[in-house]
Amino acid sequence: MSALSALRNLWRRLPLKARIGAVLMGVFVLAAVIGPEVTPYDPSYQNPSPSLSMQPPSSAYLLGTTQSGQDVLSQLLVGIRLTLELALLVGVIATVLSVLVGVSAAFLGGFWDEFLSLVSNVFLVIPQLPLLILLLGYLPQKGQLATILVLAGLGWPWGARVIRAQTLTIRNRDFIAASRESGEKSWRIILYEIIPNEISLIAASFVNTVLYAIGASVALAFIGLADLNSWSLGTMLYWAQSQQALQLGAWWWFLPPGIAVALIGTALVLLNTGIDELGNPRLRSARGTEKIAGHRVWPTDPTPVLAELVGARSRVGAFLHSFSRDSLLDDTSVGGDLR
Amino acid sequence: MTPVLDIRDLSVVYRGEGGDVRAVQNVNLSLNPGEVVGLAGESGSGKSTLAYGACRLLRPPALITSGSVRYAGRRGGASGAVDILAMDHDQLHKIRWRDISIVFQSAMNALNPVLRVQDQLLDVIHAHLKLPRGEAREKAASLLDLVGIPRQRLRSYPHELSGGMRQRVMIAMALAADPEIVIMDEPTTALDVVVQRDILAQIVELKQTLGFAILFITHDLSLLLELADRIAIMYAGQLLEVGTAEEIKREPAHPYTKGLLNSFPSLRGARRDLAGIPGSPPDLRDPAPGCPFIPRCGYAVPECKEVDMSLARVRGTTGPQHVTACPIVSLSSPESSQEGVLS
Repeated sequence: MSALSALRNLWRRLPLKARIGAVLMGVFVLAAVIGPEVTPYDPSYQNPSPSLSMQPPSSAYLLGTTQSGQDVLSQLLVGIRLTLELALLVGVIATVLSVLVGVSAAFLGGFWDEFLSLVSNVFLVIPQLPLLILLLGYLPQKGQLATILVLAGLGWPWGARVIRAQTLTIRNRDFIAASRESGEKSWRIILYEIIPNEISLIAASFVNTVLYAIGASVALAFIGLADLNSWSLGTMLYWAQSQQALQLGAWWWFLPPGIAVALIGTALVLLNTGIDELGNPRLRSARGTEKIAGHRVWPTDPTPVLAELVGARSRVGAFLHSFSRDSLLDDTSVGGDLR
Repeated sequence: MTPVLDIRDLSVVYRGEGGDVRAVQNVNLSLNPGEVVGLAGESGSGKSTLAYGACRLLRPPALITSGSVRYAGRRGGASGAVDILAMDHDQLHKIRWRDISIVFQSAMNALNPVLRVQDQLLDVIHAHLKLPRGEAREKAASLLDLVGIPRQRLRSYPHELSGGMRQRVMIAMALAADPEIVIMDEPTTALDVVVQRDILAQIVELKQTLGFAILFITHDLSLLLELADRIAIMYAGQLLEVGTAEEIKREPAHPYTKGLLNSFPSLRGARRDLAGIPGSPPDLRDPAPGCPFIPRCGYAVPECKEVDMSLARVRGTTGPQHVTACPIVSLSSPESSQEGVLS
């Protein structure tokens, strides 16, 4: 019960864009979790009947069929899982790597700082896409695992640099000096004093890496550098492209995976900026999300006067406002308690 | 005499999730031309909120819930007074700095560290006076003359100036457009007493030559007793007592004022034990009825809970302007001598 209300509180404090992002992402995660169990058909089954080739959406095939009679919806449901799985794994591995490298470079200083910074700089200047294509083109097997490892191995230096910079500023603050004087061990300082101060940064770096992994993996699969026998959003696009779905006007074949990629990306960007604003409330008020008595008030406006705000509300606005939580505040000018 | 700034029934709240924090409640305060009014109170009593709210400078979630702020200056127009609370953005832009200017709290940090003093002064002059370039430059130099900083300092960066000089630059900046009212929000708090005295002397001198009125906000009552013509004592968002400096010093009427006066030593006169005021200010989110000072007051009686906190003339005083919100303790009551208050 209390965990639930804590969750509800957190939800209420989330900025609107983070909520939209979370809902969108939730839909896709749900599809990834239950998708493969609820597919109406086997995504790989090639229906030999020619009447089922390239069918537009119908009640039997909600998103239509491909050239070889496969169900697009089933492919999409299976594909979302594979793509998200890959992206989240890449995100976790790359973020762990970047925290390890970033924090230890900044905390150890001296030689290790120089060395680790050099390594991450080298990784940063490598042109990523050509290297990915080369690596995946020449690897003996092009499975999911190979893609994950290659993407994670190339995705960490950006985060590492940011985290190193932040750790450098935190490391020199007085509370770190105080805990060092009181005899705390280095690992304890790192885990309990430094990392908690960087949580929003690490979260943002994670979300960004996931975004990068989705884009890169879809792009790689699209040019055929993935296991083409498994269904991911990228391989769907690969098959759609190689069998000329665009030229044949089969929009139901290439639009669903494309839109899914775009929506997942949107959700992640919204989540990212939302996390940023949650960790830094100044950003929020700076963007004028301050609502008073049903009116949006920008920080550059002169101090609002209640009588004017109430008088200025249009009739529709007043009607809608009476439903909002803010309307309760109109009646509590005596300083009532809302909770 | 018509007041140049007349704050009537002003209430400001900070609107939050848990209800309104009532930072300023139904405050009445007026400022006459050329007068220095001191606003004293402890941290969080609403001094700055009152002053900034009257100028519409507070950012949301601040909200003005009642009152009027009438400005009746030279440029007030034929109609006389204008209500600042009814002005829009452009009107406020015209009145700010030209008529009412502010020396901000921790003014030393209000200077941009990467711009020369000259550029920052010229910014103000360009924005509010629209003088030609040469005249603007001359004006900037004369402003520094005014506060006693050598002209060659125009080309200095803020970090090249001492704290006192930075403070003077801020005062010069506030005076750039020859305002009629200057609000000074703890302008000397971060400075040592010697520099503080210098700057206060300078302020008084400038006031006499330029003839502006000052609303001086501070928590240092002893400083106000020297500087101010009238003093308003603020507590928990309300004014508890207003009187001339002499009246406040000689015959404080409100127990809180007495407490404040007892908490610093005087240089002359008999030695006495200093008494602080025990306890801490109330929660402004959910104020109790009546006087907010009851929990810390040595004179509190049951009737205090029904006090309506409007300022009334102090019983037994000769001063016509000496008003207090406390009707219980008057000058004639025997226990109102300074000794024994809240000991």
